[in-house]
Amino acid sequence: MSELRLMKGNEAIAEAAIRCGADGYFGYPITPQSEVMETLMTLRPWETTGMVVLQAESEVASINMLYGGAGSGKRVMTSSSSPGISLMQEGLSYMAGAELPCLVANVVRGGPGLGTIQPSQSDYFQSVKGGGHGDYKLIVLAPASVQEMADFVELGFDLAFKYRNPAMILSDGMIGQMMEKVELSPQKERWTNEEIEKMHPWATTGKRPDRERNIITSVELDSEAHETFNNKLQAKYREIEENEVRYELTDVEDADYLIVAYGSSARISAAAIEILREKGIKAGLLRPITLYPFPSKKIKELSGGLKGVLSVEMSSGQMVEDVRLAVEGKVKVEHFGRYGGVVHSPEEVANALEQKLNGGK
Amino acid sequence: MEENSMAEVFNDIKKPENLVYSKSKVLTDNVMHYCPGCSHGVVHRILAEVIEELGVQDKTIGVAPVGCSVLMYNYIDIDWQEAAHGRAPAVGTAINRLWPEKIVFTYQGDGDLAAIGTAETIHACNRGENMIMLFINNGIYGMTGGQMAPTTLKGMKSSTCPFGREPAQDGNPLKITELLAQLPGTSLVTRQAVHTPAAVRKTKKALLKAFENQKQKKGTSVIEVVSTCNSGWKMTPVESNKWMAENMFPFYPLGDFKDE
Amino acid sequence: MKEEIIIAGFGGQGVLSMGKILAYSAVMQQKEVSWMPSYGPEMRGGTANVTVVLSDDRISSPILHSFDTAIILNQQSLDKFESKVKPGGVLLYDSNGITHHPERNDINIYRIDATEEASRMKSTKTMNMIVLGAFLKVKPVVEMENVLKGLKKSLPERHHHLIPMNEKAIERGFEIVREVSLMNA
Repeated sequence: MSELRLMKGNEAIAEAAIRCGADGYFGYPITPQSEVMETLMTLRPWETTGMVVLQAESEVASINMLYGGAGSGKRVMTSSSSPGISLMQEGLSYMAGAELPCLVANVVRGGPGLGTIQPSQSDYFQSVKGGGHGDYKLIVLAPASVQEMADFVELGFDLAFKYRNPAMILSDGMIGQMMEKVELSPQKERWTNEEIEKMHPWATTGKRPDRERNIITSVELDSEAHETFNNKLQAKYREIEENEVRYELTDVEDADYLIVAYGSSARISAAAIEILREKGIKAGLLRPITLYPFPSKKIKELSGGLKGVLSVEMSSGQMVEDVRLAVEGKVKVEHFGRYGGVVHSPEEVANALEQKLNGGK
Repeated sequence: MEENSMAEVFNDIKKPENLVYSKSKVLTDNVMHYCPGCSHGVVHRILAEVIEELGVQDKTIGVAPVGCSVLMYNYIDIDWQEAAHGRAPAVGTAINRLWPEKIVFTYQGDGDLAAIGTAETIHACNRGENMIMLFINNGIYGMTGGQMAPTTLKGMKSSTCPFGREPAQDGNPLKITELLAQLPGTSLVTRQAVHTPAAVRKTKKALLKAFENQKQKKGTSVIEVVSTCNSGWKMTPVESNKWMAENMFPFYPLGDFKDE
Repeated sequence: MKEEIIIAGFGGQGVLSMGKILAYSAVMQQKEVSWMPSYGPEMRGGTANVTVVLSDDRISSPILHSFDTAIILNQQSLDKFESKVKPGGVLLYDSNGITHHPERNDINIYRIDATEEASRMKSTKTMNMIVLGAFLKVKPVVEMENVLKGLKKSLPERHHHLIPMNEKAIERGFEIVREVSLMNA
């Protein structure tokens, strides 16, 4: 039975993880996402579904625990916030290089450095551009509601395993801390060990006499062979770009101006569009749900009939680079966003669009 | 007549009843990349023998480090994960927690286990993760070309302490095995070597004990093997063994620190 | 129907839990809700506030800069949020510790002596429920049966024996809330 509940985004991640049959969570506390592990430790899923929950000694250890778990075919996840995600980048690179699926939830706070614990969207670059060393991508999902925080846990796992690549839920302190009503899916069974061995013949489940040994590794010392491997990775990313782009459109049919915004900024921008429309300014919203792969084609397609595009993000301007690339110079693209932990208001977004694109009236 | 009698001798030698040693079936036929005289080959061999003798090839998962043994998955025919530098205990932790019925071991050098991965090492041992940690201590970074390790002895030369390790500049050699013995999560903590047949037998015995501990879920078993790196030490294999006995053993004494 | 509310006071006054009970009550009434708290070090003994939006339709922004209703439990919050009430909106405040009372004449102002009443009822912890009762009297956005359902959902089971006491406090708030000045008066 699905169940209607009022809960925080962080709590929704924990509930959804148990319900979708995740095998393990390994994490380290950091504000504003500590409720994820707190909720799991309170619910004690090891007594019900058998899901393992472990507080690691660091984010570095957490992500390498994911490496071990994923390498043995299990559905494993972690969650953290920006400084912790920076620490995980090495491990994520290794996982991409070893083609391991996992789920990482990033509840972003303002940086750089220790920064602030308030919401921000300044981790766009480190999330969608690879983040660690080497040519790789994470599949990045951007929830804009508590419901999506829950839904994207299973979606993230599905995509991660479909492509054998790490997936990330990129949210922020606002989505993590806010409560909304959520419909939780019914409890699913965890994969049995037999199912894992069958579905993931690459996993290190113990070498049986009837197969070669499985090796999870990202090392290849022969450059030619490593280039061939990288080509395989790139082909996988092209496939992801072809098949997995997700976005939501609001009021774009008659729009003169398009706001591109994800996560919390999309929620705030939706309110800004109501303000602008009341003033007679026809604005619409494209909300990327996947930030990698980015909905470049759709933005390009829409840009033909537009007078301007505003990228709204709680950063000094990161996603705006991808929006500019998408429109290929066809239309003016501006950025607006408060940052460093300040959340912009709908009024500020509406004003920015007027100032930057509608002649400053 | 002479040739015939030689052939007879060879055929006689090859009779099964005359077999005194054969390579473990768990060792692959790949030629090892290690330098002649390196301790890794011996430790790999006895590890493979233990896995074969206990019949646990199908349930043992190894975690390889970054260091000379980064490619050890080429030599032992079990499932392997190659971890990032220092992170093998974290990788092993998850495998142990998620597949408690398996046997997990990590295999790490001194830089991996006692420098970059110190936190993972200590916390895995402190949690008492049910796994075996094999620690190859040769006091030097072999793979990257002979730099100073956390276990490099005072006065010992390396490419990053070319005039010998000076504690004021370089810090002190770290006895991490003694430290791990203090943690409640470890059950077996021992320091061995593989420079003589007797030492090899003792190390193998310790390994068998460690594998037995895993079956009984006794927590973490730590086996340090004080080893040579004749390339890094710039000595012949024979000189290296002698140097190790004279210089390493006084600072890193062999024996059991804990066997519970 | 859409009601945008800020609840603000000291940490420990039950600001966040009042908001949660209100939001859960609205969920029980099939409404869309959002509950967005201030979080971080300011919670430790400092001020705490939560923005609650109740709506028949999908809620766009859960973070707002102006409100239909401000429920205020200390002076700092009154100073901060009096100006953020939309013209024609409601300001409901607990009088305890207030030295500068609200002065706007383009909003409807209500006073509830909840802290005082709670100590008279010998259950200081139900102060926030007295305030909630007062709010529901002024703005009956949720039916009482759903408030009780919301209360049950919000409280962990081990605290369910406290529900009758909380119900009584809500009723008391309903009775004792009083108008201070109404814009049309």
